[in-house]
Amino acid sequence: MATYNLKVNGKKHQVDVEESTPLLWVLRDHLGLVGTKFGCGIAQCGACTVHIDGDAARSCITPVSVAADYAITTIEGISENGDHPVQEAWLEHDVPQCGYCQAGQIMSATALLKKNSSPSDSDIDDAMSGNICRCGTYTRIKKAIKTASNQNLS
Amino acid sequence: MSTTKKTLGRRSFIKNVSLAGGGLVIGFNYLVSCKETPEAKALGMEMPKEWFELNGFLKIGDNGVVTIMSPNPEIGQNVKTSMPMLVAEELDVDWANVIVEQAPLNTDIFTRQLAGGSQSIRAGWEPLRTAGATAREMLKQAAANTWQVPVSEIETKEGFIIHTASDKKVGFGEMASIAAKLEVPENVTLKEKSNFSIIGTSRKNVDGKKIVTGQPLFGLDTQREGMKIAMIVQPPAFGMQLTSINDAEIKQMPGITDVLIIDSYTEDQKLSYFDQAAFTKLAVVVGDTTWQVMQAKKALKAEWELAPEISREMNIFGRTSTVNRPAGLENTSEHIKMMQEIGVDKATLARKDGNPEKAFKNADRVIERSYSCPFLAHNTMEPMNFFANVTENRAELEGPVQTPEIMEKSVSERLGIPLENIDIMMTRMGGGFGRRLYGHFLVEAAVISKEINAPVKLVYTREDDMTNGVYRPAYHATYKAALDANNNLIGFHVIAGGIPESPLAANRFPAGAIDNYLAETWEVPSNITTGAFRAPRSNFIAGAEQSFLDELAEEMGKDPIDLRLELLEKAKNNPVGENNDYDASRYIGVLELVRKTSNWDTSTSKNRGVSAYFCHNSYVAQVLDLEMKGNQPKVKDVYCAVDCGIVVNPDAATNLVEGGIVDGIGHAMYSAITFKEGKPEQKNFDTYRLIRHNEAPEKIVVDFVQSDTDPTGLGEPPFPPIMGAVANALYKATGKRHYHQPFMASQELKG
Ligand code: FES
Ligand code: FES
Repeated sequence: MATYNLKVNGKKHQVDVEESTPLLWVLRDHLGLVGTKFGCGIAQCGACTVHIDGDAARSCITPVSVAADYAITTIEGISENGDHPVQEAWLEHDVPQCGYCQAGQIMSATALLKKNSSPSDSDIDDAMSGNICRCGTYTRIKKAIKTASNQNLS
Repeated sequence: MSTTKKTLGRRSFIKNVSLAGGGLVIGFNYLVSCKETPEAKALGMEMPKEWFELNGFLKIGDNGVVTIMSPNPEIGQNVKTSMPMLVAEELDVDWANVIVEQAPLNTDIFTRQLAGGSQSIRAGWEPLRTAGATAREMLKQAAANTWQVPVSEIETKEGFIIHTASDKKVGFGEMASIAAKLEVPENVTLKEKSNFSIIGTSRKNVDGKKIVTGQPLFGLDTQREGMKIAMIVQPPAFGMQLTSINDAEIKQMPGITDVLIIDSYTEDQKLSYFDQAAFTKLAVVVGDTTWQVMQAKKALKAEWELAPEISREMNIFGRTSTVNRPAGLENTSEHIKMMQEIGVDKATLARKDGNPEKAFKNADRVIERSYSCPFLAHNTMEPMNFFANVTENRAELEGPVQTPEIMEKSVSERLGIPLENIDIMMTRMGGGFGRRLYGHFLVEAAVISKEINAPVKLVYTREDDMTNGVYRPAYHATYKAALDANNNLIGFHVIAGGIPESPLAANRFPAGAIDNYLAETWEVPSNITTGAFRAPRSNFIAGAEQSFLDELAEEMGKDPIDLRLELLEKAKNNPVGENNDYDASRYIGVLELVRKTSNWDTSTSKNRGVSAYFCHNSYVAQVLDLEMKGNQPKVKDVYCAVDCGIVVNPDAATNLVEGGIVDGIGHAMYSAITFKEGKPEQKNFDTYRLIRHNEAPEKIVVDFVQSDTDPTGLGEPPFPPIMGAVANALYKATGKRHYHQPFMASQELKG
């Protein structure tokens, strides 16, 4: 066990866990931030995507010891009132079916748009192909990303 | 307004249950499935009587806000939005003032929760509208009594009660408490379909905001005071069982509180069809946090042995049947060989019209082709999990399951706790596809909680989930067509079977369209457990049949849509045999529509495939275009025509159809679960391929046939036929026919 100081969604937290503990389980079990999902545990499905220093990262394989020094953003923290342009685009296109993968999809999409404000289809494919949607909402996700891409993302 | 009278013996399922605190509360059956569905019939199910208990509630508050409480969990089909739309339509309320809530646990009025399923809208169509209309009538009556005017002069509109002659207008809220004192009327009138203002308009997912902001909605998100985490360790192969564990080492690991062996079901326990589980003796590791338990689970040393043959009686809704599981470690290579070699000698007759033997004997040419598909894991994105808190004589359970009614009985039977002391709360489900009908994980959680005497959340890892069985069976079908010298189709023969069940639907198209028709079926038992998977059986046989018809059209020198239409015209005007269980005109309707929307006759697109199928009471036709990029196909456009009767929520319905298409393309092209010495060879998404963003179609165009027919299934019908469209387009693009799924068996993986 060791003590780690984390900065999640702008708030400081202290957790006492084994150093191998993935950030995913620290968020879910220790900080009660369950918006970040578990899908595979081996960086293959994207359900657990968060931002570490603004970059999309798979929290299921990121040990807490590595994440500790960086600013971490989760789905709960990308906007104050759920009104991030990507979230709004998701609602406009009524993207979710079961909804389970969508937090991860949104985190990958927001990271993409921050770097590339008007991504092409193949940019979207490249950035999003690590995020599986078992319900098959891919075409809507692409439309929503395009809707959000014309907006100014802070 | 012209009207339809509805009585339906409503007293039994609509009640005024207004409680203290004002407002009108109507209790009704949210999901009355009084009609036996063909799917239920196929499983030999009789609908359980208890489903008729009150389970949906409609509350009109004094402030005019309408709350519809739905006991139905959401598995992604959007029923949580579309079913309340039916209530709101007849209530005549402004949708903006409607709140849809998942039923809370342990309220006085919710006695039971019940199963969802793809028949939700079909089954709820009349009862839900009747509930809305009943509340509206009571509000009108309350106003008539208050204003001393005849009720026939009162109208309602968007949440208001209006009496034009005396110029009176009040909101529903003002009359709610008065209405609550009235008797429930015996007869109510439902709206004419032409007067619908909510049904047929697109309404957003009521949980959309919660989903995109990451709020706790799913079973896996459950957190309780003092809750432990449990994980199972199951045998590494089908055909094996647990003998012992050595827990000394892992008991020392941080956070580990219990290591134990459980029997999720006892040997003499009565089982239902939905109790089937691959493994019932399980090692269990319990601890404080998920990661700690995961580590200890990996380190657990366990001994296994070969399991004997198992034969158990299962209750399939009142009918007892024996389920056999042979002993041994099975291999995919042997399965494939077995399926290819089993022929007419093993098959039993399912249907025969005319004289097929003679037709084949007199044939000028016989075309014969075989098709197959592998086992598939459901792979819901949210792995199996359940929360349980079992004390001396009470069980509180919470999580994602599609059959709580049935599983409640299993828990009662297993732990000896009376049904009334068991509460099951359903959470939103991170996908279902049939997997969560089989709720053994709920029973496991309950047994663990009882054993360790603490609240516990059982969590399957992806590997546990993927190797735990209840798969889509492996199927095989051989089709033969007899052609005469003039290229006329004079005979048709299908032999289909599977491990462990057959996909044959002997009375579906092209039965009824061919004079000499023969259908035969076979099954081979297995110890690999299987269960319903999105559009059971259809999910293979549709693609096989539609690929064969494509090849047949080519042999006959006909356009593939023309050939289908010719056969369907015959089935419509001059059907062969009896019990043809499809409506040829509706089949023709979707084919004609997709022919138009895809510009079939004029398009220059070269690599297109067409397919059409009927299942779950709905009709779907699809045209798919693809392009080869190197040796990899890229799907461009998909055109889809659907006839599912009245469409309640068009945009949500379109989403569901798109999802079914993407799902079908993915499973046909990439997915499989294979076995070596009983061991599943795929355990996670690094080896089990699911379709990804870059492989999804570029464009999907969905059109619904304009219809006045009551709504039918939509969650499943778009899924089966697309596999045929993929195969037929692949042939155009590569010159090679694809008979065996997954078509792209050796594609590299992307993480
Ligand atoms: S849970 Fe992390 S990528 Fe799947
Ligand atoms: S919406 Fe269900 S997995 Fe994506």
